[in-house]
Amino acid sequence: MNDLIRTVLRDHGRLPVPMETLADSDDLYRAGMASHASVNVMLGLEDAFDVEFPDRMLTRGVFASVDAIAAALTELGLGAPA
Amino acid sequence: MTATADDLLAGVARAAQIAATHADDVDRQARFPREAMDELAGCGALAALVPVELGGLELGLDVLAQSCVLLGRACGATAMVFAMHTIQVACLVRHRKDSAWFEAYLRELVATPRLIASATSEVATGGNLGASSAALEPQPDGQLRFDKKAPTISYGAEADDLLTTLRRSPDAEPGDQVAVLTRRGQHELTETGRWDPLGMRGTCSPGFAVTATVGPAQVLPEPFDRISAITMVPVSHVLWSHVWLGIATDAFERARAFTRAGAQRDPAGGDANGRRLSTLLGELSLLRAAVAAGLAELTTATADDDFAGLMTMAAALRFNTLKTTASTSAPQVCWSALAMCGISGYRNDTPYSVGRHLRDALSGSVMVANDRLHATNARLLLVVKDV
Repeated sequence: MNDLIRTVLRDHGRLPVPMETLADSDDLYRAGMASHASVNVMLGLEDAFDVEFPDRMLTRGVFASVDAIAAALTELGLGAPA
Repeated sequence: MTATADDLLAGVARAAQIAATHADDVDRQARFPREAMDELAGCGALAALVPVELGGLELGLDVLAQSCVLLGRACGATAMVFAMHTIQVACLVRHRKDSAWFEAYLRELVATPRLIASATSEVATGGNLGASSAALEPQPDGQLRFDKKAPTISYGAEADDLLTTLRRSPDAEPGDQVAVLTRRGQHELTETGRWDPLGMRGTCSPGFAVTATVGPAQVLPEPFDRISAITMVPVSHVLWSHVWLGIATDAFERARAFTRAGAQRDPAGGDANGRRLSTLLGELSLLRAAVAAGLAELTTATADDDFAGLMTMAAALRFNTLKTTASTSAPQVCWSALAMCGISGYRNDTPYSVGRHLRDALSGSVMVANDRLHATNARLLLVVKDV
């Protein structure tokens, strides 16, 4: 799951640093992800995982790291992170 | 409503009377509404949100919102200065955590009223409040220094204290921001432009270069993105909307007075203006309903555990929409009032003058530009489910 999350972040996150340099727990916003890019990440994740994030989950915190995104997807029933 | 709320509103009503007396002069000279602001300070309005445990009245946002309407009906600039100060107090109250420095500051605010301005926009990043270029720079003695060029600081020259957004440190990303409160004497403000705008002239909001050195205790303990989402943005949009509602309400009342005078002069005359007034009441009622709904939503969301609802994109979308809608409809109400009053409304020296109202109300769509908010909303609408 984390690999696919990283692919979405690489394609949509417009981070100023390569994804490979970030740990799963690193804060993506502190790494430079802008809020408009985070919306693209959310759309990319909904597409890649075929899910819909409910409004209560659409917050900055839920998309702040690879780990946080994996936890959110797990909460939506997508199985434990590999 | 409790006695303290009634007392405060009585004080605000006195301040509104004073504001109305000086509104034209404040507008003409683009000067700070000193007389009314002194009255607001004297009646405790500047510290009304401070919790009881810190010696304050701990009044609800609804009382402050109602105050903004009262003041907005008298003088838009006075109301806006009061609203902006109240927004800063709300940020300090809610995001102080257990900071001894901020608790002492709030106690002092109750005992000796102080006026707080904010330096959130920046020349380098424009109106995007979620990004800073200037940063807090640690000094060898443990103090923090900053240097920020703000394109506008409302009542900057009049304020006692200043809440400034900055990057957390020189190596922080633009979005990794904190808010810092500096007191008069700690910061130096250099005016970088003149202030000669169309409306809201009494807010005295030219550009400033700000430099300051402060202790780390004066940095609000919570990150600015949280302060912004939970408090600064929704409280701003709710209080500003109440200011604009106040301005539009007075414009409507002037059109109503004009219509009544016409009916008294010529009882047999047609009732064309009466019908227009009825239509205008509909417009004003829609504005009033939107503003009341915004306040109610914020009050409900504020009761959530850890303000969870306010952190969502759905909340950002709602409060942005309140701002764009109210700032669009308030000048339309003023415009319709002007059309009804004709030359009497267009002139600046009649009881039916609404030129100042229209000019003041027009400021709403450019203070945090509606275009920018629509661009943000366009993105939020792609992911938010329940709008």
